[in-house]
Amino acid sequence: MSAATAPEATRAATPRAARRGPARTTRVLPTAVLLLGALYCLVPVAWVLVASTKSRGELFSTFTFAPGTGLLENLSDLFAYGDGQFLTWCANSLLYAGAGAVLSTLVSTMSGYALAKFRFPGRDAIFYAVLGGVLLPGITLAIPQYLIMSELGLVGSHWSVLLPSIISPFGIYLSRVYAAAAVPEEVVEAARIDGAGEWRTFTSVAVPMLVPGMVTVFMLQFVGIWNNFLLPFIMLSDERRYPLTVGLYSLLSKGSGEPALYSLAIVGAAVSIVPLIALVLFLQRFWRLDLISGGLKG
Amino acid sequence: MGTAGPAAPARPAARPPGRAGRRGRVPIAPYLFLAPGVLLLVLFLLVPVGYAVHLSLRGLRVSGGGPFGRREEVFVGLENYAAALTSADFLGGFGRLAVYGLIAVPLTLGLALLFALLLDATTTTAKRFSRTAIFVPYAVPGVIASLLWGFLYLPTTSPVSHVTEALGLGAVPFLSGAPLFGSVANIAVWGGVGFNMIIIYTSLRSIPAEVQEAARLDGASELQIALRVKVPLVAPALVLTGLFALIGTLQVYGEPTTLAPMTTSITQTWVPLMTIYRDAFTRDDLPLASAASVLLAVGTLAVSVVLLRVAQRRAFGSES
Repeated sequence: MSAATAPEATRAATPRAARRGPARTTRVLPTAVLLLGALYCLVPVAWVLVASTKSRGELFSTFTFAPGTGLLENLSDLFAYGDGQFLTWCANSLLYAGAGAVLSTLVSTMSGYALAKFRFPGRDAIFYAVLGGVLLPGITLAIPQYLIMSELGLVGSHWSVLLPSIISPFGIYLSRVYAAAAVPEEVVEAARIDGAGEWRTFTSVAVPMLVPGMVTVFMLQFVGIWNNFLLPFIMLSDERRYPLTVGLYSLLSKGSGEPALYSLAIVGAAVSIVPLIALVLFLQRFWRLDLISGGLKG
Repeated sequence: MGTAGPAAPARPAARPPGRAGRRGRVPIAPYLFLAPGVLLLVLFLLVPVGYAVHLSLRGLRVSGGGPFGRREEVFVGLENYAAALTSADFLGGFGRLAVYGLIAVPLTLGLALLFALLLDATTTTAKRFSRTAIFVPYAVPGVIASLLWGFLYLPTTSPVSHVTEALGLGAVPFLSGAPLFGSVANIAVWGGVGFNMIIIYTSLRSIPAEVQEAARLDGASELQIALRVKVPLVAPALVLTGLFALIGTLQVYGEPTTLAPMTTSITQTWVPLMTIYRDAFTRDDLPLASAASVLLAVGTLAVSVVLLRVAQRRAFGSES
């Protein structure tokens, strides 16, 4: 998005001068629609923040958006639940999403660079396998992946969630598109002529140019793994290895028999979405989503 | 989707001229760069696919007959596929999925396009706030989104039902009957609009200013510019977001599963993946679940390829 801000100034100047005060409604209506969209997107988030302040009694009795008095009690209940299981779930989510996204970014960048900047037998075959992987719904693989993991004796371990999260055909595809566009052939040539090995050329010449693409892949993978439900749901049975999504789901599904857990699920949801929203809003300045649609042309 | 990236008009041979003398030598470096990716691709993509296909052709048979028969795994051909394709649960799931998808996909894309065009229009204000706010749900996992909306649907906690009950109209049945489809679809729309909006918006920003200027000088209104100039130019982004929305629809699982404890209307087989999960883990019928997985994957692949073909002919036929 950073690249897109430049033309704004030139674009905004002319029409504003040309527009001789159009009818009020044509100005107000579009903005109103936009704000309505913003409201629609914020309401559930606002609700969960309000609901997390309600005590158990207030949750089902007071008006939806009326703040309650039980925030501190809810928080201490949440962190006390199952000997601090909530914090374990947070740490697990951070491990799966953090380590998974870092490794995925490295693997994708190396693969994308090789596919974009080298010519070698088998390149097209590998690229088509990657494209097939992009279109294959990853989730339909979850059951066979479970069986493979159980063959390997890894079902139920952190690895069973982490390993399948590292491979991202879409990440490889994006990295290839970005490497083709961002790393000029001449620069790579110059490094080689200067006697740099291929690895050296990659790490000290190509990688600095690939950083915006890498941030994009990292973000997409981080959020994707953080939000994933089915994979950990299938692989894990030990509550201490759950990520937040599965952990909060387990609270909710037990909650239908034990309403006290509803409050915990709500306050847990509130606590867990705030940092991720902050992270995404912070990082969205650095990523290059134009990659995604740019790669489809041609 | 061709093989050429955006900046590859003339891809020079990557082999450095300095080494051109050693002809016929295959470079090792690209294989080393690709090794981790390909290894993982094989291990967690190709092998599972192969394994699923293999399993889907097997079945348990009782051999020997009578009470002393042994159960053993044998090759049963396409029997599991026939069973999946005639299973009322699995097919019913696809029916419900179709209703859900017909609501969720057009709404997600339509709203994403609308908001993107409004962000790009010269007449709107509060752009930065709106863009950020609409993007926020992207950071909320589907399961948590379902939890939030679930409580906004539940009669005892819903603000809407709070109002309708005060008016003497009773609670709104968000979680049963026909409204259920809209309620589940709404969660997907809420979660998907922001991300798709950003992709379309980014694409809109890359339209050269002169193109719009020319249209403006010809006397086109903002609305005409949006519909006749901008929308056709962002067609690739629309195709891509459409594709993602479609793939997302076919693999919907977490949302209905999370809502299920709140309502009796969401059965264990509400969507195809839920049936697959039940067959695999509750009924221990892995061959049937594998066959159904393969069918779902092949179906998704077929739909994606058809969509891309049609779109490529329509949208990219003239320009590239």
